[in-house]
Amino acid sequence: MTAMELQLPPARYEFGGDEFVFVEIDREMSLQANLKAMAITGALRRENIDGVIDICPSNASYLVRLDPDRLHPADLVEELRRLERTAGVLDNDDAVQTRIVDVPVLFDDPWTRETLMRFRDRHQDPEVTDLEYGARINGFPDVGSMIESITAAPFLVTMLGFVPGLPFCYQMVPRERQIEVPKYVRPRTDTPERAFGYGGAFAVVYPVRGAGGYQLFGIAPAPVFDLAQRLPDFADDIAFPRPSDILRYRAIDRDEYERTREEVEAGRFRYRIREAELVPGELLADPDAVNARLLEVLYR
Amino acid sequence: MNTLNVRKSGLSTTVQDSGRDGQYAIGMPPSGAMDQYSLAVGNMLVGNPDGAAALEATYIGPELEFTDSRSVAVTGADVGVTVNDEPAQTWQTLRLSAGDVLAVQQVRAGARPYIAISGGVDVPLYLGSRSTYMLTGIGGFEGRALADGDRVPLGAPESAVPPAGTEVPAELRPELPDSTVLRLVVGLCAYRLTERALESFLDTEWKVTKDADRVGYRLRGGSLEFVEREQPFGAGSDQANVVDLGYPVGSVQVPGGDEPIVLLNDAVTGGGYATIGTVISVDRDRMAQARTGGSVHFEQVEINAAVVARQERRARLEKARAAVATA
Repeated sequence: MTAMELQLPPARYEFGGDEFVFVEIDREMSLQANLKAMAITGALRRENIDGVIDICPSNASYLVRLDPDRLHPADLVEELRRLERTAGVLDNDDAVQTRIVDVPVLFDDPWTRETLMRFRDRHQDPEVTDLEYGARINGFPDVGSMIESITAAPFLVTMLGFVPGLPFCYQMVPRERQIEVPKYVRPRTDTPERAFGYGGAFAVVYPVRGAGGYQLFGIAPAPVFDLAQRLPDFADDIAFPRPSDILRYRAIDRDEYERTREEVEAGRFRYRIREAELVPGELLADPDAVNARLLEVLYR
Repeated sequence: MNTLNVRKSGLSTTVQDSGRDGQYAIGMPPSGAMDQYSLAVGNMLVGNPDGAAALEATYIGPELEFTDSRSVAVTGADVGVTVNDEPAQTWQTLRLSAGDVLAVQQVRAGARPYIAISGGVDVPLYLGSRSTYMLTGIGGFEGRALADGDRVPLGAPESAVPPAGTEVPAELRPELPDSTVLRLVVGLCAYRLTERALESFLDTEWKVTKDADRVGYRLRGGSLEFVEREQPFGAGSDQANVVDLGYPVGSVQVPGGDEPIVLLNDAVTGGGYATIGTVISVDRDRMAQARTGGSVHFEQVEINAAVVARQERRARLEKARAAVATA
């Protein structure tokens, strides 16, 4: 039962000045590290401690923002250590209640292609596109095979941040099948809104136009961030993704892209969302079976 | 509703209050006044509740025409102020009437003057705060810096406003040195730097570059070595990269090894660069007044010193409050 717990080192506690505590679960990324961060931050949220302002689970770590006038950072660390012992020991049979979402993506689109061509001087390989580069260094015979690999298995939202609403997504496949790419040598100063990017082992959708260092692979027609809360999926929150959401990136053609854009513009677009349950033990034992079942739930 | 007419907006003037809490987890930084001490004292001088929204100017202040009677105080950076072209005092309650024009000039020392107005700047609350966050265009006045011709809404003043001429004594105003000492709690991913690099980071007098704004300050003056390692899975191949993680406000990262960035109130909330320590919250007030061309250096402190510094700032604010109350 605790096989996955044994793989993780003890968490490392660091003061981020007096207003933050940073806790590193592990230096490398794994589903286990993220599940542990989610479990501890979930328990911390339920404790409702006075002086805790923001609880931010991150990929293999988490960050807590506090008001040091009400809570001494050292006292918070004591409490977090206690939670690591109680809530941080994961039972692989404990199901995570979440949702699975269909996220359409137009790969190799004209907009991100135009952007990435403008910043070739900041890239590892100025001679090829980001997709071509990613496919090559990950051993795919061509771009199409890498896109197939990205769309074949869903991703877990392991962190929100950088800018409001940006989901960091980690594919739910064994490490040897993970795609990994470096970030740009020097970050771009421009990225289109809704660009689909990849950096390290993470896929993201950029919520707003701005700087960015991830490889640009495509663009999503639907937003992940809606300040005006015009779309029904944003009625409760300006950010759509939530931690532990499962996102399935689905390759679409230009026609579907344009149709979806029209729906978004008209305020009619809704993500395809289904309730889902994730059992860590099952996922670790047989990811393909779990992913197949999740996709069946999503599209049936 | 009464408004303030912006005749000239200044270089970059935004509406700020004590900041926006509770949104960090979706990736939204707190924003808020960079120099919280100067904001708080400004509000005291005009009888506003703590945390009322004021204007934060940058290097060159705005020219503002009033449409009703208000108390005003200019705090923060050392700057010339006029009312109807007549010199006026900073760190003092000024009384302005309809038609009066307050001009805040170019700063002489420091970087950010604050203009507190009785009744406060009454832009709509967004997620609990009136602070401007320009990256996504939220909060403040239409989510952006003020522009010439804007009409900024003001709230109803409190009934008890300190009399004109009320002053905060010089010893309760911030020092505005050319070289700023920033106390830093070393940690986070400091293990990525060699011991020598960390020492050199603390010994270096860093120059503030022109890339120094509410998002962060980029510094130059040295170069720092990372401990060579095989990069952990998921981090990306550069030695400065870590598995993307949360960044504290005030944290320092060194992307290329030679250009430390101190992240500030409007910064990104996370990313994949190694962070090596965090400027203590009180010293973000000092950082706010550090300017391009000036220099900063970092002094390592332990967490308890950071908490004590915070208590000292509170005590200082209470002294300022007492000075205002007995005037």
